[in-house]
Amino acid sequence: MKKKLVVIGAGMASGRMLEQLFDAAPDAFDVTLFNAEPRGNYNRLMLSPVLSGEKTYQQIVTHDDAWYAAHNVDCRFGEPVVRIDRKNRVVYSNSGGAPYDALVIATGSAPFIIPVPGKDLPGVVTYRDLEDTQAMMDTAGKDAVVIGGGLLGLEAAAGMAARGARVTVIHLMGHLMERQLDPAAGYLLQRDLEKRGITVHCQGATKAILGSDRAEAVLLEDGTVYPADLVCMAVGIRPETRLANDAHLEVERGIVVDDALRTSDPHIFALGECVEHRGQLFGLVAPLYDQAKVLARTLMGAEAAFAPVQTATKLKVTGCDLFSAGDFADAPGREDIVFRDPGRGIYKRLVLENDRIVGVVMYGDTADGSWFYGLMKDGADIGPMRDTLIFGPAFQGGAAPDPMAAVAALPPEAEICGCNGVSKGTILDAVAGGACTLEAVRTCTKASASCGTCTGLVQQVMALALGGAVAEAPAGMCKCTDHTHEDVRHLIRSMGLKTIPAVMQELGWKTVGGCHSCRPALNYYLLAEWPLDYQDDRQSRFVNERNHANIQKDGTYSVVPRMWGGVTTPAELRAIADAAQKYDVPMVKVTGGQRIDLLGVKKEDLPHMWADLNAAGMVSGAAYSKGLRTVKTCVGKEFCRVGTQDSTGLGIKLEKLMWGSWTPHKLKLGVSGCPRNCAEATCKDIGVVCVDSGYNISIGGAAGMEVRETVALASTPSEDEAVAIILAVTQLYRENARYLDRIWKWMGKVGLDWIKAQVVDDADNRAALVERFEISQSVYRRDAWADLSTPAETPRWAPLAELTLEAAE
Amino acid sequence: MTVFVDIGSLDDIPRQGARLVKTAQDCIAVFRTADDRVFALDDRCPHKGGPLSEGIVHGTAVTCPLHNWVFDLNTGQAQGADQGQVRTHAVRVSQGRVLIDAGLIRSRNAA
Repeated sequence: MKKKLVVIGAGMASGRMLEQLFDAAPDAFDVTLFNAEPRGNYNRLMLSPVLSGEKTYQQIVTHDDAWYAAHNVDCRFGEPVVRIDRKNRVVYSNSGGAPYDALVIATGSAPFIIPVPGKDLPGVVTYRDLEDTQAMMDTAGKDAVVIGGGLLGLEAAAGMAARGARVTVIHLMGHLMERQLDPAAGYLLQRDLEKRGITVHCQGATKAILGSDRAEAVLLEDGTVYPADLVCMAVGIRPETRLANDAHLEVERGIVVDDALRTSDPHIFALGECVEHRGQLFGLVAPLYDQAKVLARTLMGAEAAFAPVQTATKLKVTGCDLFSAGDFADAPGREDIVFRDPGRGIYKRLVLENDRIVGVVMYGDTADGSWFYGLMKDGADIGPMRDTLIFGPAFQGGAAPDPMAAVAALPPEAEICGCNGVSKGTILDAVAGGACTLEAVRTCTKASASCGTCTGLVQQVMALALGGAVAEAPAGMCKCTDHTHEDVRHLIRSMGLKTIPAVMQELGWKTVGGCHSCRPALNYYLLAEWPLDYQDDRQSRFVNERNHANIQKDGTYSVVPRMWGGVTTPAELRAIADAAQKYDVPMVKVTGGQRIDLLGVKKEDLPHMWADLNAAGMVSGAAYSKGLRTVKTCVGKEFCRVGTQDSTGLGIKLEKLMWGSWTPHKLKLGVSGCPRNCAEATCKDIGVVCVDSGYNISIGGAAGMEVRETVALASTPSEDEAVAIILAVTQLYRENARYLDRIWKWMGKVGLDWIKAQVVDDADNRAALVERFEISQSVYRRDAWADLSTPAETPRWAPLAELTLEAAE
Repeated sequence: MTVFVDIGSLDDIPRQGARLVKTAQDCIAVFRTADDRVFALDDRCPHKGGPLSEGIVHGTAVTCPLHNWVFDLNTGQAQGADQGQVRTHAVRVSQGRVLIDAGLIRSRNAA
């Protein structure tokens, strides 16, 4: 007979515990899971990316309905438990009781509310669950005040700032995150947050929250008033122990548990933020997962004991890299090793005691954090490497693979800096001549002095000559290699590497076949570098580019035929309507890029549908590609009474020249016929706004997760010159930008001035760029479906075999 | 003992790619690695049901196309920080033909 297990609270700890239990003993228990929130387990740590818009709630769900169903969990979500009857072993919610043989209390923690006037006003939230997150997501354009400059408060502040709120952080102590950071790192953090427009007020004590019907402002003890449409209290948490208290279990600050996570009642267990173990409370996730493991074993009747280990902290705010672990308070017998690079905002500090690391604080560059943390946990004697310890494992001889090997193997004539034609030999000569800093090499050779993308490579060549005495190189492109994107591109060029396996071999890839991150990047770099020689590798492409359609969440695809400049004809519309009807398309939708989307197409129908559309003269709109997407236009002077130029005609011309081209990221264009800008050209990657005197070209716009206005690149009276500048800047972007950087991001790295110099000021260079673009387009200006919807290829889109037919016999 | 049934030629599956086999219940993804080894897994990511057959195959691993979970083709185990497992099925190559566990036909009859 199965035993009855009741769990109160569907948090991260209990979710992990259930997983472990079902894995090891799937049939041991009938499980009933109560949760006060009206939903199941999700990754609470990931609320910050949800708040900032980097993830959606669906992406952070850890256990969905199907999982609970598969394990027969009786889910009572939205049903808070109100009482535990220990004598009869029953827990009660307001809808009834549930008997148990074993009970697990995982009620987590409750946010601490500071007892100031106004704390109960509407508009005052904590940061604990999805409802709080939702409230904070709605603060765009409003004033928000976060009380508490710890981990949680800063994530709330950064998230709201990312959503467009005006945010102030009020912190009681002298510097931010004082429990994890020392003052120097706290300062760098504050500076970074202030750069994002967040106001930080340290040593601020909250006196009251002001407002009549809802929160309107926060008043501090020193008299300062900050306006606040929303106030988030993030000053700390305390274990949620009310149920345990009422049931007369032993409770100190948290519910007291032994090493097996048993409470003072042998049938009741507890884990997570609600417990106290040997006088210690727990707030970080790692020890909670350890508890989950131990409790699963205890419930199965096995011996297990929980022993907490030290944990490290990272802040989940994009762009703020910090790492903290251990103890970094000053004390007798302790010594520090400190590294600072003010220019780059980097600070690293190791606290040593008896040649062992007892604390680590890093800001700005945390790549070596886990290595230091490992040394600290192991109590390793760092005496022998103390001199170079702060530089990380790369400098400890043999610990990390040698990123220099490929650079060392280059011949002296190999080109390192493409912009200025500087070879490896020139750099080595400069170093031999006494230039031992990057600046000095830049000054005397011009290497990496223009677009700067070869900086890492130049540093590696210098390190080779100097024996490793140059500042650390930037991080590698993925876990498969230590080379940066920029280095890999330069080496593909200078070593003449023309296949993915050649790149992996020659540059010492650490994995066998790369990964989903580097393979698409390499495929792009190779086809951009060697358009005539390189054969596109379909298997290194993300599904959408491989299947030339956009995969939807249910595994069907969407089909978007190209409509040049957003212009179509009755015949095209008829062909689209026929295809939609013939293949039973569930939804036909007009896109933002001025064309028509057929959604919900089955994979095996794709080649047939495209055979029909191709026959009607249409090609794929590439609505899925890191390549030319759309050229949005307005009607221009042909019809519009205020149009100044033929914007529709120019848009069609550009799209016909550029379609089929692959680019580092998606490329959207817009052409507006007058400054009223109906084609919204100034939030495109490349935009043209026509005026009476000609064409204003601007680049670097975006209207996605980032919303940005384009910046002016050039103005010209000639349509031909406008086209040439646009093709040239596209080619420069193709040759130079890192894979998955949009134009605005690339522009931020190389600078608008450099781009202008290449494509506007230097007419010869512009012509050369246009010519290289045209060479590439001679291969890629072609509809993939012309090859894929052939009778030979079509069967490959259907299943290889159907075992169902045989079954019917 | 496992009984195998012929589902097609090895050449029908692209290197570093996959093809589908339909059963009455589910689809099975049959993968071929760069060195011509063949693996069969349920075509359903345990995370959000993504079609693993459409993922990028690297070494003996595949990355789900929806949210980049990575699975070991040998064991079906999720790699890295993600937790989950995909069912694997017996499959082998003999004289250029791909053979899969014939039990996949039966199991569906039983259902």
